[in-house]
Amino acid sequence: MKSKIAIAFDNCRKEKRPALITYTVAGDNTKNNSLKILNKISKYADILECGFPHNTPIADGGQIQGSSHRALKNGIKLKDVFQIVKKFKKQNPSKPLILMGYFNLIYQNGENNFLNNCKKSGVDGLIIVDLPYPENKNFANKCKKKGITFVQLLSPTTSKDRMKKIIRDSHEMLYYISMLSTTGGKLKVSPKKILENYNKIKRIGPKKNLVIGFGITDKTISSLKSANGLVVGSMLCKIITNSLKMRQNPVTKLDKVVYNLKNKII
Amino acid sequence: MKLKIKKGVPLIDQHDKNFMYGGKFGGNFIPETLKKPIDDLTKLFSKLRKDKKFLKERDYHFKNYIGAPTPFIKLEKLTDHLGGAQIYAKVVSEANGGAHKIYNATVHCLIAKKAGKRFIVGDTGAGYAGKMLSMAAKKFGLKCKIFMGAKDIKRQRPNVEAMRKNGAEIVPVTTGSQTLVDAVSECMRYWVANCDTTHMCVGSTVGPNIFVKICAWSTAQISRELMLQVKEEFGKVPKKMKLLNCVGGGSSAMGFWNEFMDTDAEFIGIEAGGPKNSKLHAAPLTNGSKIGILHGSAQYVIQDSEGQIGRTESISAGLDYPGISSLHCFLKDSKRAKYTSASDEEALKAYQLVSKFENISPSLEPSHAFAEAIKLAPKLKSSEVIIVNSCGDSLKDKDIIKQKLGSYVR
Repeated sequence: MKSKIAIAFDNCRKEKRPALITYTVAGDNTKNNSLKILNKISKYADILECGFPHNTPIADGGQIQGSSHRALKNGIKLKDVFQIVKKFKKQNPSKPLILMGYFNLIYQNGENNFLNNCKKSGVDGLIIVDLPYPENKNFANKCKKKGITFVQLLSPTTSKDRMKKIIRDSHEMLYYISMLSTTGGKLKVSPKKILENYNKIKRIGPKKNLVIGFGITDKTISSLKSANGLVVGSMLCKIITNSLKMRQNPVTKLDKVVYNLKNKII
Repeated sequence: MKLKIKKGVPLIDQHDKNFMYGGKFGGNFIPETLKKPIDDLTKLFSKLRKDKKFLKERDYHFKNYIGAPTPFIKLEKLTDHLGGAQIYAKVVSEANGGAHKIYNATVHCLIAKKAGKRFIVGDTGAGYAGKMLSMAAKKFGLKCKIFMGAKDIKRQRPNVEAMRKNGAEIVPVTTGSQTLVDAVSECMRYWVANCDTTHMCVGSTVGPNIFVKICAWSTAQISRELMLQVKEEFGKVPKKMKLLNCVGGGSSAMGFWNEFMDTDAEFIGIEAGGPKNSKLHAAPLTNGSKIGILHGSAQYVIQDSEGQIGRTESISAGLDYPGISSLHCFLKDSKRAKYTSASDEEALKAYQLVSKFENISPSLEPSHAFAEAIKLAPKLKSSEVIIVNSCGDSLKDKDIIKQKLGSYVR
């Protein structure tokens, strides 16, 4: 049986457009609002990435750090994250949702326990920022057994040999980090160069759904639309920060922004 | 299951194929982007440590630039005052720059040169790692950036001034607790974004495995010197000898103990217990913290049940870190070393006592180790030996000492 993530990519392919993947942090700026945000933006987004916040993130830029900080300050716990996912999936059963975060939270929760919670709440995939290949082999296999997609990451520093191995062992979705940067950096590589690298990976694994993330905003998204999927994260976190500053409702604000993003890639 | 340390194999090399010590400490929990730079550095270092020319170069700079050997002295008056064990100090604070951090900094600069990098970045807590890196960078012609918590910038002013004088750019870190833990995170984030042109120096035996290795390999100079000095003083390694060292990240202790690993010497690591009446501390080993992942490495770390890294508190910025080197976790679980803690107050008292009786002035970090020596010595026989690594000079702490004790005399 095809996963919901694979079906989402298939549907986008039929429409000849990339999948729009959003990233927001669970509990930002409140548990309720983050659920409302997911519900709203799922009208336009094809896959939702939901961050479970960690207070010592080593690969996140200022915007996502800010979102995580707000969520943690509001007392968000892993069990709340699963609650949010569960409620979201109840209303949107076919919409794929991927949890993203750092390994220590899984380690403390217990790998099996964490995966059971994922299964129960309806999580479709996982991205673990600091559990690289091949150290993640064991965990990725556990995910597979549970029917959860483990998304392997590739970066501009990944050698071709390593790429081949990672792709060989990967599930149906791969994530290419566009440039050497933490999340939310300014796109310092030309879209042309990014797509060149993207195509190199596609040649090794033509059947894999390959998405590009890091540094993608409403300004750059359309130039990369030949990819299978595009992730926008920090820009959304920044909008939540700004709307809180201006005392606007982050939910309605984000709804509009994601609508616009979608229009740029169809 | 009790972990075992192999004899005759350098401790830093006793990891498995995933770079884990005892199957559960260390490793490389890093973003994909850092895999290649870390892999490159691992290969380069394993080549360099066998390269006679490189070793000669290292030894040349250790001798002529850092100043080897640092003194090994008997603390006669303190010994008399306490009655009991003979107390000695290895005065590592006599090294160029005033602390052991210069070994790691120098080696990293030499490696950065070999790797063809022109930029070097590092983290700092007490400011020593940063000061030394800025010194060494200046000497070896590298452009240097130092990440330092905003709270630490305020409390370690003398070292901040020294860094600026050496031409380093200091990046204040205002996230989280604004101390060492955040400085390391920010430095790693910077490296993620700039690893193609920049070499990273992690300031202690923490972080991804290769940084643990390079740092412990560098500070091992301390025990290479001490081994000779001990043999000269006692004729051999005494049967009942305790090596006391403060531990934050754990770099000076690793260096102090390394050559004595296969001897009968007893190792005692002293963590920062924090203020006496505070629940906060920086002593994960003493207080039974659980294993977690911090800065790319599995280790005992102060954290909550969810896995969020916990807050720490210590009078000494250099020990104010929620985690501890994977090597120390390994030494603890294999029972090769023992760990305890000293409170802020005990450290201050020890500083006072040592400076009063002796001609050395330990910084607040080694004062934690002296506090344990002061506790232990009277209980021991005069045939027993305690050696304390006096790995830092109090000058950088003059503001804190003045504030806490009313005056600072050097």
